[in-house]
Amino acid sequence: MSRFGAVLARELRLSLRHAGDTVAALLFFLLVAALFPLAVGPAPEVLGRIAPGIVWVAALLAALLPLDRLFGADFEDGSLDLLLLCGLPAAGVAGAKAAAHWLVTGLPLLIAAGPLAEMLRLPEVALPALLAGLVPGTVLLSLLGTTGAAIVLGARRGGVLLPLLVLPLSVPVLIFGAAAAAAAADGLSPKPDLLLLAALLAGALPLCPIATGAALRAAE
Amino acid sequence: MLQVDGVAAFRGGRLVFRDLGFTVPAGEALILTGPNGAGKSTLLRLLAGLLPAAAGRVLWQGEDALADLPLHAQRIAYVGHQDAVKPGLTAAENLAFTARIGRVAPDVGLAAMGLSALADLPARMLSAGQRRRLALARLPLSPALLWLVDEPTLGLDARAVELFGALASEHRARGGLVVAATHAALPLAGAAELRLG
Repeated sequence: MSRFGAVLARELRLSLRHAGDTVAALLFFLLVAALFPLAVGPAPEVLGRIAPGIVWVAALLAALLPLDRLFGADFEDGSLDLLLLCGLPAAGVAGAKAAAHWLVTGLPLLIAAGPLAEMLRLPEVALPALLAGLVPGTVLLSLLGTTGAAIVLGARRGGVLLPLLVLPLSVPVLIFGAAAAAAAADGLSPKPDLLLLAALLAGALPLCPIATGAALRAAE
Repeated sequence: MLQVDGVAAFRGGRLVFRDLGFTVPAGEALILTGPNGAGKSTLLRLLAGLLPAAAGRVLWQGEDALADLPLHAQRIAYVGHQDAVKPGLTAAENLAFTARIGRVAPDVGLAAMGLSALADLPARMLSAGQRRRLALARLPLSPALLWLVDEPTLGLDARAVELFGALASEHRARGGLVVAATHAALPLAGAAELRLG
């Protein structure tokens, strides 16, 4: 556990030192969402209707931004060997990386999602469902994202390949997440969608780090 | 004691070496030499468990070393041909991760490689030789018995080579092992040599 903490502390220290990357993902999130009122018009009923979808798609795209460098930088300068030889199983290193990605990207997105949804005139009754969906949703995006980042590691043009790999995998998260908020806006219970998200998380939590760890070991 | 028995390794689909065997007893050092591409770095990575062995066995104290990779990793201090130095962190911060796992202060490593005065300097300001010293400063931070070092003295000045020699002999006096790949003469007294390729 102390080794897991050491990897996590290292990641957070590096993120703090390169705070620009973190802020960039957050600004990207806000900017993408701000484009929609400009494109579809500021009519409240239209915006409120599509607000959950906007927030989810923007969160998905913003979570992709830091993935390229998540393992890439460590792979290029040899630090990845150091991480793999820290005495933690490769899946443990992967788990710590995913946790760091969530703390640095997922959590700020989650916090910014509330004001953003308000800005897009999401009906007030739907806000709790949107945020409740984003909690497991952002964790899922971090897990799937780290797996994708590890798989494309060492590939030429990995940065281009990465979204093509991660975005289709994220489709179920997007569907159930947006559906939960839409159901709440229509006065229905968001519970089934939230439970399905939780089920996805229960599956991804053990499987993604194992897959990521195997991909890290195979990277050359 | 490290025993290697009939190992072979592939790199990018090409057989790099095969039927390689040697023994490194406690307190001893082995120097790997050979032309570029002979497989020195590949062998070090294989011994570290970073690369799977296509054939053969690696034994540590008579037991299969590569069966439990996380456990094997705790026996190893590895310095590859890359320095694994983050330019945005200071010299001391670069060592913090290894120091935390080894439960020692980063200063121990900095002092051992003569970098104490540069502790708070961002690593991007360091010269290539100083970065190499910083990478080597991880060795004394680890309690691991088996040092695997790839071209440890590349770019080092005479004084730093001496410091590395002192560290290595101290390590060997404690019963530690050193396996080093090199093209240059290393300050490892009485080391055996294995020529690849």
